[in-house]
Amino acid sequence: MDFNATLIGEMIAFAILIWFTVQFIWPHINKAIEERQLKIAEGLDAAERARAELRDADSKVAAEIKVARQQAAEIIDRAQQQANQILDKARADAIGEINRLKASAQDDIASMAQRAREELREKVGALAVQGAAKIVQREIDPAAHKALLDQLATEI
Amino acid sequence: MASEPQGGLTEYISHHLKHLTPHTSPEGFWAVHVDSVTVSLALGVLFCLWFWAKARKATAGVPGKGQAFVEIVLEFVDGQVKDVFHGDRRVLGPLALTVFVWVFLMNAMDLLPVDLLPWITEKFGIGHFRAVPTADINMTFAMSLTVLLLIIFYSFKAKGFGGYMHEMFTAPFGKHPLLWIPNFALNLVELLSKPVSLAMRLFGNMYAGELVFMLIAGLFTAGSWALYGMGIIGYTVWGIFHILIISIQAFIFMVLTVVYISMAHDHH
Repeated sequence: MDFNATLIGEMIAFAILIWFTVQFIWPHINKAIEERQLKIAEGLDAAERARAELRDADSKVAAEIKVARQQAAEIIDRAQQQANQILDKARADAIGEINRLKASAQDDIASMAQRAREELREKVGALAVQGAAKIVQREIDPAAHKALLDQLATEI
Repeated sequence: MASEPQGGLTEYISHHLKHLTPHTSPEGFWAVHVDSVTVSLALGVLFCLWFWAKARKATAGVPGKGQAFVEIVLEFVDGQVKDVFHGDRRVLGPLALTVFVWVFLMNAMDLLPVDLLPWITEKFGIGHFRAVPTADINMTFAMSLTVLLLIIFYSFKAKGFGGYMHEMFTAPFGKHPLLWIPNFALNLVELLSKPVSLAMRLFGNMYAGELVFMLIAGLFTAGSWALYGMGIIGYTVWGIFHILIISIQAFIFMVLTVVYISMAHDHH
């Protein structure tokens, strides 16, 4: 055991080293570490928040898709109903038109038949007059015997 | 140097156990151990510059590997301090860091080949050079006595001069005036045993480790190839085991320093 001045010198050196570490090394590194700890904590928080937001957004999107699908189904339903209505109406219109056309054609036919009948009656009347004139050999005044001829014509 | 014909190994070892001192004063108080001082100061400066360089550029962002390493060391030390001491760690933390890294670096000198530094210094005409400052009792006592001063300083700071004296004279037996002397004697022994145990433990471990390295190194010059091979194996095995020892000794020195100083903060 040979103690000597080395001891005191080393004590001073040790004290200086401690001072240096206290002053220049520890605070800087410790600060960096603490700041990084804070940053990491914030980062983890942010990630957690983002995950929660994503979950929210996902559920929101799902809900919206559901609503949109419902709306689409409703629109299709309504469109089908409308199409059916249009079709029904068109069918009804067409049937009405057909009936109307049929009725007017029947009217036409009826009036034409009437006219033909009248013409025929008149011609028959005239023929009857000529025939009668030939039979009685004398002129029958068509004007004087109009009432008689008309009566004849109606009887035919 | 180990090839002297007479008493080769003993010569070799006793040669290696001599400290480098200035030629003018080989004995006595002023025979400063230049080797211990040089190596310890070099390592102290290395520690300071290294950690300071990292501390200066330390950012809270993504750390480089160097910064991360320094931070790991610092957080490890800080964690140890936090476990023991519940108070302001702004001085005790750096103190523990200094003790741990410095002692570790000085211990690590033991892992250099035992003849390397002496061989280099011999080229410059310097005969004795011991590379491991912590195997010098001056070094370990310098640290432990500084720790003792800090223990006393913090005792005063935490309890005041009166409080500390009161504690010294009345604990642990009691307040009776007859018990003052036994109390004080016991406390004094307790106080002084701290630096002694601290210093002797580190010194003993490192001195013994160095000695074992020298004994194994003696095998290299024993003159037989078998012994030479055993020397290589022994040196390797002891070296690997010594990595554990130097770490543990640095760790123990740090933890005990922290424990002693935090005890100084506590009231009995």
